Amino acid sequence: MDWFGAYSWINMRYLLQGLLVTIQVSVISIILSFIIGAVLGVVRYSKIKYVSAIVGFIIDLVRNLPLLLIIFFTYFGLPTFGIRLDIMVAAITALTVFESAMCAEIFRSGIKAVSPGQMEAARANGMTYVQAMFHVVFPQAMKLMIPPLLSQFVSLVKDTSLATIIVLPEMLYHAQNIYGQNTNYLIPIFVALAGMYWVVCFSLSLLAKFFDKRMSA
Amino acid sequence: MKKSKLLTLITLIMATALLAVGCGKSVADKNISTRVEEEKSITWGVKSDLRLVGLLNIKDNKLEGFEVDLAKALTKRMYGDDVKVNFVPVTSNTRMALLKNGNIDALVATMTILPERKKVVDFSDSYFTAGQTIIVKKGSKITNPQELVAGTKVIGLQGSNSVQNIKKVAPLSQVLELPDAAQAFSALQSGQADAMTSDNVMLYGLVSDNPNYQLAGKPFTTEEYGIAVNKGQKDILNKINKTLAAMKKDGSYNKLLLKWFGQIPGFKVGDVQ
Amino acid sequence: MIEIFQTYTAEFMQGMGMTIFSSLLAFAGSIILGLVCALFEISPIKPLKIIGTVYVEIFRNIPLLVVTMFFYIVIPKYVMPMSGFSAGTIGLTIYTSAFFAEVIKAGINSVPTGQWEAARSNGMTYLQAMHHIVFPQAVRIIIPPLGNQTITLVKNSSVLAFVAGFDLMYQANQISSITFQQVPTYFIVGILYLIITMPLSYLMRHLENKLEV
Repeated sequence: MDWFGAYSWINMRYLLQGLLVTIQVSVISIILSFIIGAVLGVVRYSKIKYVSAIVGFIIDLVRNLPLLLIIFFTYFGLPTFGIRLDIMVAAITALTVFESAMCAEIFRSGIKAVSPGQMEAARANGMTYVQAMFHVVFPQAMKLMIPPLLSQFVSLVKDTSLATIIVLPEMLYHAQNIYGQNTNYLIPIFVALAGMYWVVCFSLSLLAKFFDKRMSA
Repeated sequence: MKKSKLLTLITLIMATALLAVGCGKSVADKNISTRVEEEKSITWGVKSDLRLVGLLNIKDNKLEGFEVDLAKALTKRMYGDDVKVNFVPVTSNTRMALLKNGNIDALVATMTILPERKKVVDFSDSYFTAGQTIIVKKGSKITNPQELVAGTKVIGLQGSNSVQNIKKVAPLSQVLELPDAAQAFSALQSGQADAMTSDNVMLYGLVSDNPNYQLAGKPFTTEEYGIAVNKGQKDILNKINKTLAAMKKDGSYNKLLLKWFGQIPGFKVGDVQ
Repeated sequence: MIEIFQTYTAEFMQGMGMTIFSSLLAFAGSIILGLVCALFEISPIKPLKIIGTVYVEIFRNIPLLVVTMFFYIVIPKYVMPMSGFSAGTIGLTIYTSAFFAEVIKAGINSVPTGQWEAARSNGMTYLQAMHHIVFPQAVRIIIPPLGNQTITLVKNSSVLAFVAGFDLMYQANQISSITFQQVPTYFIVGILYLIITMPLSYLMRHLENKLEV
């Protein structure tokens, strides 16, 4: 076990480069899936004839499939249909598709929990459905939704590690390269890898607790 | 968020998605040779975790190896000095997808020329003859592939034809497929199997830095490596073939072989041409 | 697509069997481990509380794949041999148990303290109170999120593909790299996964509705 050699600046910088990719992919996917998830959640809740049911069914399908399968399909399967994506775009797409479906459910539950009286009052005051949804219902639903949403985002950061199988140069892939070249680095690199993930995810969950306290105040 | 703002955002997202889709498609279908000449850049797919063949040097983030040098030499001769050579790391699992996706123009990644693969991509003439074999830990009682009997385990690479071949030679051994060479070797070192199978050129690279492991037995297949390009790219394929032949004729090809494999005991240039 | 399924029926079925088996083992293990952890977390004994909290905070913030690789590469090298299936299942169990622990803890905490006090003042010990009064009420709160976590567990079992665990996803990889027919293979595997997860999902929704009143 070579701790000193493992933690050389060269290796650590290589790991950090991986961390950068992990963060990039996570942030882009988070933003996209938040927006798409919100839209889908509203559609799902609104019970628009046929559309809601179809959207709901697709969301259920995606939520019940392993993310790994979605990644494989996006990267290896889509070219058959003429859709060709490079590795990073494929990873972001797959993550976004999966996380949007998960977020949609969170949004739907959150909106549902806000009393229907709010919607009625807003409509009675002359707002359109969409205005009422985004100006009245959403802000109140946010209180309930922020913890599960943030927890979903922590999941997303962790799930980026799955993209190592399509050679996305994220943190786990870089770590595997390092200990693949020198087996004495195995445990030190593992500790560093787990540590870095932990710092990022734990910080996000602290953020969640912070928001939780502020919102309940 | 106002309704109109939301709609704008959604349209932007969809436009970006379509753009990504569109970009990929055009890159793969256009004539690569012409594109390389116009844009003065070419993208090769190479292995990044195989010593001597294609390995990523963590120190300077550069790829080095026989196939890396071959790609650089070919590009220089085909298109001149001013064409930028880009490399994308591939594994046995991902190399075909990357080529079909248009993310790379050509593939030089220890890929054996096989009829099933020929249906999907085009190959150049053979540039290397390897053979499949196994490596074991020093002191292991297994001295050749046939000794992998029931109860033993052997690791192979996903997407590589070495998995099917080892099943023919050692039908009773359990074959474990792992995503790439780095993972496979790590698993072997952790005792997950009694042996690892791959082509000898790849295994040479592994044992060169790990004296605890050695090749066992003679190669039991012949693997002809070819450079792969997407179907319908006759121009670049012809160029590659012509340039390969020229390199072999004027001795620069042999020089490259000796540079990377000369230190291997028992290596004969004639064996691999 | 049908031809692929017919040619490789044995492999697909083996994969499905391994996925189900791994999920069942991990589920059982996670419930037990998660329960113990939750009890530690709410325990008045300081050391136990620390152990429980640290365990949960560690494994909720590290990717499942990292935990699995640890059991596949690190443990066999220094401790004991471990097959891909074992490494994947153990990794899955430890990872999921942290989430189960949180859900169980939240459920127990949601039972009003009045219940505890009433039970204790009626002469019950801590464990008796927990077993007869608090837990049965906590179960109502626990079941919906636990159900969701279970479905997540089944999906996460696909991590076995990384360590040659012979599960459904591993088979998908193998078959698609031999046949070059990625789309039909993934479709079949997708349907097979849905056969496991969809019924679970609808069962959860049904239970949720029943418990909502």
